[in-house]
Amino acid sequence: MPLRHLRSHPRCHPARGARHGMRGSTMMFDESDSPDAASTAIPLSRRQLLGAASALVIGFQLPGGPRAAQAAGPARGFAPNAYVRIGADGVVTIVVALVEMGQGTYTSIPMLIAEELEVDVQRVRIEHAPPDEKRYGHPLYGLQVTGGSASIPAGWKGLRQAGATAKVMLVTAAAHSWRVPESECRAERGSVTHVPSGRALGYGALATRAAALPVPKDVPLKDPATFRLVGTPAHRLDTPSKVNGTATFGIDVKRPGMKIASIAVCPFIGGKVGKVDSSKAKAVAGVREVLVADNAVAVVADHYGAAKKGLAALEITWDQGPNTSFSSKVWGEQLTEALKGKGLRGFDEGNVETAFASPQRRVDAVYEAPPLAHATMEPLNCTFHVRKDGCDVWLGTQAPARAQGLVAKVLGIAPEKVLVHNHLLGGGFGRKLDADYVETAAKLAKQVTYPLKVVFSREEDMQHDAYRPYFRDELSAALDAQGRLVGFRHRIAGSAVIARYSPAWTKDGLDTDAVHAAELPYDVPNRQVEFVRHEPPAGLMTGNWRGVGPTHNAFVNECFIDELAVLARADPVAYRAQMLGKTPRLLAVLKLAAEKAGWGATPAPGKGRGIALVDSWGCHGALVTDLTVAKDGSVKVDRMVCALDCGLAINPDGVEAQIQGGLVFGLTAALYGTLTIEGGRIVQSNFHDYAPLRINETPQIQLHRIPSTEAPGGVGEIGTALVVPSFLNAIFAATGKRFRTYPVAAEQLKSA
Amino acid sequence: MKFNLNVNDAKHAVDVDPDTPLLWVIRDVIGMTGTKFGCGMALCGACTVHLDGQPIRSCVTPIEAVKEGKLTTIEAMAATPIGARVQRAWTLLEVPQCGYCQSGQIMSATALLRDTPKPTDADIDAAMAGNVCRCGTYVRIRAAIQHAARDTA
Repeated sequence: MPLRHLRSHPRCHPARGARHGMRGSTMMFDESDSPDAASTAIPLSRRQLLGAASALVIGFQLPGGPRAAQAAGPARGFAPNAYVRIGADGVVTIVVALVEMGQGTYTSIPMLIAEELEVDVQRVRIEHAPPDEKRYGHPLYGLQVTGGSASIPAGWKGLRQAGATAKVMLVTAAAHSWRVPESECRAERGSVTHVPSGRALGYGALATRAAALPVPKDVPLKDPATFRLVGTPAHRLDTPSKVNGTATFGIDVKRPGMKIASIAVCPFIGGKVGKVDSSKAKAVAGVREVLVADNAVAVVADHYGAAKKGLAALEITWDQGPNTSFSSKVWGEQLTEALKGKGLRGFDEGNVETAFASPQRRVDAVYEAPPLAHATMEPLNCTFHVRKDGCDVWLGTQAPARAQGLVAKVLGIAPEKVLVHNHLLGGGFGRKLDADYVETAAKLAKQVTYPLKVVFSREEDMQHDAYRPYFRDELSAALDAQGRLVGFRHRIAGSAVIARYSPAWTKDGLDTDAVHAAELPYDVPNRQVEFVRHEPPAGLMTGNWRGVGPTHNAFVNECFIDELAVLARADPVAYRAQMLGKTPRLLAVLKLAAEKAGWGATPAPGKGRGIALVDSWGCHGALVTDLTVAKDGSVKVDRMVCALDCGLAINPDGVEAQIQGGLVFGLTAALYGTLTIEGGRIVQSNFHDYAPLRINETPQIQLHRIPSTEAPGGVGEIGTALVVPSFLNAIFAATGKRFRTYPVAAEQLKSA
Repeated sequence: MKFNLNVNDAKHAVDVDPDTPLLWVIRDVIGMTGTKFGCGMALCGACTVHLDGQPIRSCVTPIEAVKEGKLTTIEAMAATPIGARVQRAWTLLEVPQCGYCQSGQIMSATALLRDTPKPTDADIDAAMAGNVCRCGTYVRIRAAIQHAARDTA
């Protein structure tokens, strides 16, 4: 049975099956043939196809860039801000600047706007924002990106404001047209009613008049207690297309005259193309040509099967570059060396020097977090059409403006001449925040004049990832006579992802993500964090991996805390609880998870139970993992119990889905996350040696969400961040063996 | 070399090398993109289609092996009673997240329910373990298969 426990909300639909207007819904994707197609109302014949008025009428238009952004839709429409457009025909368009990679933004973001705008979210038209960092830059980041668990928290006020402002103007327009006070008018379900007389006008009829009004500032927002949509488990707008095969991902794009390329990027870190003999490749049926750039080659063919066959026949000699002696072992040695030096101070509270001067007891531990690949289900790809006057790019990216800028740079043209058509992403997890692969592919695509789809095989995708970096952590605890933590020092060596990705987000040179959550969420009087930046060789890219800083820092911290609890002969839950006096929301999830998991019962032989806490992204989470270690050392995770306080849940069903998915993503890494380098190249290449978790290995998952009216947090990553420490603490409970890195090999857990 | 394929009861004439994986004939030559590419090595199941009703991994099936067989893809699932029940369950329970693996998941689930109308958890494990989901929708996939099994509408 579905494992969830949705608390009923006063306005919530009571049963999953009884959602209003959901029967027979379909999502239409409107692929325009010409890049400058402005958004248009859905033709009547398609409405008839979709059924009655209560059916879902959604069109995904992929705008062609600045021209489409400037178009306000049908003539005399109403567009008071970048996010809302209402046509004279009544079609309501919501422009979403966040991408949809499975986390539900194409539903939750429109919900925020539709709630305040007083329209039925199932009847709006969704449009993806074109690249325009000024107009659609993330309120928190400035850049136009989707990530960091930040879409909901950042949009909570601003997007609601966008909807509320439009609504107020429509009410004003109606009041003016009836010559009545605004206070006598009410907006509801896409029209304004004059309450005393019952007169009503639809938003379409009001659009032209509203467009002539000045845009008010600081319009009041609804009291969340009056929400009718936000807080309900509304059905996702993209689901129907994802179950019937019509959803279009970047890799599915088709353009007239398009050819398809199979790309090979130099497998050696920092290497280049040496020599290429294309004679055998060109002899393969369907192969059109062979393209070469500085570190990549591609075989172009009529279909990918021929392109792949041609690539296998291509004789390439790689210039192996300067890093052939680099390996995982060398990387680790470099991090060890780096930690001997001084880093940048991050968190620094109390007086750590004094606390460590003469502690009752001092504990030191070194932890390592391995590098990890993203392995999105949809391998990297992008489609280009380079012309004399500009270029169109079709892909699924978390950062459309970044992709635009890099293509423009390669082509030597102004960014405005690069029209980016964004699509649904077959997984992101942070990989597609980067557009390095778009840049690489553009160098090949610029050599041809026809539309070219460049597809990375799974092997190419895995070996040219932007990896979660390898980190090495030195942790030190100063304990009092009772074994309680009075001083904590956390020194980190690793790559500074954010310093590369967006230097503007660093603070006095300190990579804020590298130290995110490194300081412990507990009430410990003296705490200090230090970060020593050490980069792997150029050509090995590190990047944002689901859960980013906290996924790494919560792992080492929560395992270390567990070590201290054991030393103090204290229960791991109680040990944490006595340090959470100042953070009641975190204490509450700790207690709830422990209670629901039956914490305290003595586990059977071979079984272990572990707990971990994460307090990040406006969310407070606790995870209890139950597992069994067999005599041969194999591990079966039986159950995961998660307690979560995410503030107000915009869509509770989406929250549950993100926790379920985030836990599975984290568990894959805990069990199988082995990404190694030998001889200057990545070793792993496909799912046989970089294994994903499968359905038969998935534990029972329970989510217990504490309802809250606090500001919403972002739930996309916290599930992942909770897993490894909870898992390793459970391994310790089951075996008495403490592991300070992962994955743990069965060899190390054997007891037979 | 010329081949004639029967896909969803429609005939398609193609001209490709005999060892061309069926996946690319479907996606690139015929142009039906509901069937997805995930690994090229039959490790992930994203490319699952039915050949005479049986689920196969089209990324490792050469077109010359199809011969007179009837191919069915995700695009035709809604028209079959079991496929429609599976899609209904998938929609009701909000199974997909990114959705990229779901065509393959649905093809495998539909074949399972046709052969085993009341599957146990072990039956589900065996039939579905070949379909990877990086978004981790497995809990809901299992629930949706059970829901579809009970759905007699």
